[in-house]
Amino acid sequence: MSLLPFFEWCQNAELIVSMRSSLWLFPVIESLHLIGLALIGGALLIVDLRLLGFGLRHQPVSVLARDAERWLIASLVVMLPTGFLLFMSSAVKCYYLPVFWVKMATLVLALVFTFSIRRRVTMAAETGVNPLWPKVVGGVSISLWSTVAIAGRFVGFP
Amino acid sequence: MSLLGFFDWLATTAGSIALHESHYAYRIVSTVHVVTLSLFVGTAAMLDLRLLGATMRSVPVSEVARRLRPWTAAGFVLMTVSGALLFYANPSPRYLNIFFRAKMAMLVLAGVNAWLFHRNVFPRAAEWDNDPVPPRRARITGGLALALWALMIVSGRMIAYDWFDCGRQPQPAIINLLEGCLTASR
Repeated sequence: MSLLPFFEWCQNAELIVSMRSSLWLFPVIESLHLIGLALIGGALLIVDLRLLGFGLRHQPVSVLARDAERWLIASLVVMLPTGFLLFMSSAVKCYYLPVFWVKMATLVLALVFTFSIRRRVTMAAETGVNPLWPKVVGGVSISLWSTVAIAGRFVGFP
Repeated sequence: MSLLGFFDWLATTAGSIALHESHYAYRIVSTVHVVTLSLFVGTAAMLDLRLLGATMRSVPVSEVARRLRPWTAAGFVLMTVSGALLFYANPSPRYLNIFFRAKMAMLVLAGVNAWLFHRNVFPRAAEWDNDPVPPRRARITGGLALALWALMIVSGRMIAYDWFDCGRQPQPAIINLLEGCLTASR
């Protein structure tokens, strides 16, 4: 089954069509999406840098992870709805854009990884864990989320 | 030579033309500028949130500031270099853009805010370093910085939508003034 009809429906949904008629509404939604990008960067890097042995390296990973998680979720609450509206406004273009599918696939991977493996490793007590694990998890997290961000920028190019 | 004259000349230099006309180079620079938001504003915002008592309450403020500083600084360098290159690719249209001007003004304000913090507030951080919620002066700095980062991101995004382009006349005199348009009256 092709997803194209769904994408066409998204782009022609009454809500989106009327939102597009506003001059400033989508620029504002884009701005909110970017503010979310800054916030999610901070919430992820605090923990990922620590996992790699940089940044706040004298603090326990679990403390940082617990503190950062609230801001991670807050930034996702901003990014996902604004991102979905941005997608809806040009869904058909996205359908034919390989980089859009790269972004979606990486996003799903990054979300699953962050709330399963990364969460388990960061919240666990640090004793008894192979010292290589945190570094791998930090590196994978930064790589996945960077790919999402870079691909996201490329989706926006005309 | 006026600033505008200088930027008009800058646009005729080989590097500016090459960057303006390139397909990939411009996109890569633009991508670096946007993605660096998560490093520069991301790490700066975490310190600002700590100053507000909104995160890492058990970590001393000075430790958050010291450990994140190199990362925020690296982000700032990437941001500034990529931003300068984006300007270099389109000097006069950026200079004659109300949102670009607003963004630069807020950048100066953010710099003053950071300077005041390091001069007046941070040197006495030892007194409240371990407080979960720092005193009012520190909270004001953090809140102000967060607001300025958010407004800079918004105005940065709006640069691409120049609704007040000088070519769209007639416009209110105040708009022409803020946008830097050369009109018959000037």
